[in-house]
Amino acid sequence: MTPPTAITTAVLDVAALVRTIDVTGTGAVATFIGLVRDHNLGRRVLHLEYEAYEPLARRGLDLIREEAQEKWPEVRLLIHHRIGRMDIGEASVVIVAASPHRADAFAASRYAIERVKQIVPIWKHEYFEGGDVWVEGATADPDNADAREKAMRIACA
Amino acid sequence: MRVTVRLFARLRDIAGAGELARDAPAGANVGVVWAALVADYPELSAYEKSISCAVNADYSRFTAAVADGDEIAFLPPVSGG
Repeated sequence: MTPPTAITTAVLDVAALVRTIDVTGTGAVATFIGLVRDHNLGRRVLHLEYEAYEPLARRGLDLIREEAQEKWPEVRLLIHHRIGRMDIGEASVVIVAASPHRADAFAASRYAIERVKQIVPIWKHEYFEGGDVWVEGATADPDNADAREKAMRIACA
Repeated sequence: MRVTVRLFARLRDIAGAGELARDAPAGANVGVVWAALVADYPELSAYEKSISCAVNADYSRFTAAVADGDEIAFLPPVSGG
């Protein structure tokens, strides 16, 4: 059985992940796929290597699901994040939100990706033309209410 | 007491290892473990204000007490997605 949250080195198969969701009673499925982009901050990106603190990253994904469940009780949410080496165009993260109505499916999936970027201990090592760098984004703090509110604002905009 | 320190991303590069066995004085908190690490790897000090920490794979605070055998992780700003 496919768990609703996962940190995996396997290639993410969006269609297969969507099929694992029980869509009984739903009317909308929103999918979000994060891809390895060929450029970043003016650099030509060659490939990425993702690293995770796996046990805590899994907990982070579970926490995001719980937060989403609280806000959108009818949404069924799946979040799978891939780690390891990925080439341009490969999927690094897949989020699937199924819901009776589309508004909640869109909002929950947007909320989930914003929270992934805020609190899940995963790091991108970017290899670009001429060098490499660890990308550093947000200081992870799941108790930071401001960050959570910001994600909610973006999701519900 | 003895603790295991886990380091990730750039922090791991600075220390040259992702996992370190470290001694800590009795009664130490996470901040004490971090300070001792910075003393050995001064480049880590740049992260003073931006890192998070975890104890036994659960988010924690620098004021949290540590116990013998604990796994203490220091996390630079995250960049998943």
